[in-house]
Amino acid sequence: MPTLLQVTDLSKNYKDKNYWFNHKVHRALEPISFTLDAHQTLAIVGEIGSGKSTLAKLLVGAEKATTGKIQLNGQLLTKDNFKQRCQHIRMIFQDSGTTLNPSLTIAQLLEEPLLLNTDLNAHERTLLIRSTLQQVGLLADHMTFYPHMFSGGQKQRISLARAIILQPQVVILDEALASLDPSLRAQMINLLLDLQQKMGLAYVLISHNLGIVRHFSDNIMVLNDGQVIESGKTQAVLKNPQHQYTRKLLMSQFFRIKH
Amino acid sequence: MNLLDIRNLSIELKTKTGVILAIDRVSLTMKEGEVRGLVGESGSGKSILAQAIMGVLDDRWQVHADRFHWRDIDLLSLTHQQQKDIISQDVAMIFQEPMACLDPSTTVGEQLEEAVPDHQLTGFFWQKNKQRKLAVINLLHKVGIKNHTKCYRSYPHQLTEAFCQRVMIAIALAKKPLLLIADEPTAAMETTNQGQIFRLLASLNQLKNMSILLISHDLENVTHWTNNITVMYSGQFVEAGTTEQIFNTPYHPYTQALLESSPKANIELPPKSRLTTLPGSIPVLQHLPIGCRLGPRCPRAQKICVQAPKTTNYHGHQVNCHYPLKEIY
Repeated sequence: MPTLLQVTDLSKNYKDKNYWFNHKVHRALEPISFTLDAHQTLAIVGEIGSGKSTLAKLLVGAEKATTGKIQLNGQLLTKDNFKQRCQHIRMIFQDSGTTLNPSLTIAQLLEEPLLLNTDLNAHERTLLIRSTLQQVGLLADHMTFYPHMFSGGQKQRISLARAIILQPQVVILDEALASLDPSLRAQMINLLLDLQQKMGLAYVLISHNLGIVRHFSDNIMVLNDGQVIESGKTQAVLKNPQHQYTRKLLMSQFFRIKH
Repeated sequence: MNLLDIRNLSIELKTKTGVILAIDRVSLTMKEGEVRGLVGESGSGKSILAQAIMGVLDDRWQVHADRFHWRDIDLLSLTHQQQKDIISQDVAMIFQEPMACLDPSTTVGEQLEEAVPDHQLTGFFWQKNKQRKLAVINLLHKVGIKNHTKCYRSYPHQLTEAFCQRVMIAIALAKKPLLLIADEPTAAMETTNQGQIFRLLASLNQLKNMSILLISHDLENVTHWTNNITVMYSGQFVEAGTTEQIFNTPYHPYTQALLESSPKANIELPPKSRLTTLPGSIPVLQHLPIGCRLGPRCPRAQKICVQAPKTTNYHGHQVNCHYPLKEIY
């Protein structure tokens, strides 16, 4: 059985268009390779400008890669085949409040990906939306609500529902847990772990909270300036960081009590 | 001597549909040179409390208190203007999102100059400009900005967020406050920058004996930097004590839930295990439960919890609960 997600030599350059002849190139992401299996979570840590969000955008297809290829179940993901990618790789953003269209009801919001990617009829769509809402801990009655009627934690659940409604194989969480309150964040982590167990989802978790990373992920990748500095099993890397930068990251937030 | 002594402070919000009790009998004391954390999730009223201390709430909010003393001056007996004069002399506040709080259309240097109070300048009028500039440069050095000429001339958008927060702190320090209220100073900041800001605040506390009220929504972030912690939930006082007391032996079910729900605080928790959480979500201001506001979510709630509990004090560890977790330790 091929691995779920295989990324080889993926890189991204941005061109600076201010120079007519001498195009300056900004390397956002150096060539990067990794694999991800079902039921697994890959955490990506790094500071601003380390290329972690670029990587997320490349995976989900929002940006075109300069070099490299992404294989899903052994199949090459091409630039133009959005249907395949939208079905199998989904993304949840940091601020759920601004990523939900305020003028659509929850039912309409969740129906959109179904209309674009599947050929279910109206009745089947409603049934699927209903069951997905129950999966993320909301009620079927919420279908007629508008996004502003929900609290922050519930909005994040709706984003999650939108991500899993197409039965994806990979979900990318781009700082999806950062803006939540601690007690709601713990609920969300539990929900994500439950779904991973039930549906065999693979997560790509982008976060700077190492506590969550330690708890949530199997593998970790530390990025700095677009380069992979360190990668491996989360437990091993966090217990015994090899690179200075990783140590600095750990030092800057590892939890201690003042004596 | 207590710097700030607040007993049973309540804040009401007048709306069209009626009066909402946003903050229900919260007590807070600050000693000189103390770093106190004020922790609560969103909607817990921690920012409102800070604004009430600063006296910047508008007319829609009504503040009542049994006691509201600043350095043994009873502020409640004074007029609003006198309160403001006293408080603004000695208390300064910094906000989250420093970029949004600085004026984008003037340079950092000008904004800092504006903040330097006139009575600190001693010279004749022709010397004042120079003195003012010198004072600004000193302030910038104090907050750890070495390249002061460049910083002086830049606009806020040209600086990084951590630098902007340093400038904010410099503005706050200009009048040499006794108490600095930091309202989520590191929200939405990178972890390495967070560390820098916290270290700066800690050094100011040690060198200048400045008290700091550190407001945060995350218990795990502040524990390393505080002596004492006050926890609030939904406008009610939950628990107060030293950091060790709160962290090692929380008496209130809410504090315990906060600690257990944080994967950072439970290092020994096996990976991918389920975290213990409180069910439900934070109540909105319009639909607050009666009595103890944690009631509907609390694992230990019983019949009596529909009445608001009284605060009990166990050796300086105050807890506001009918069934504190005292006996399990």
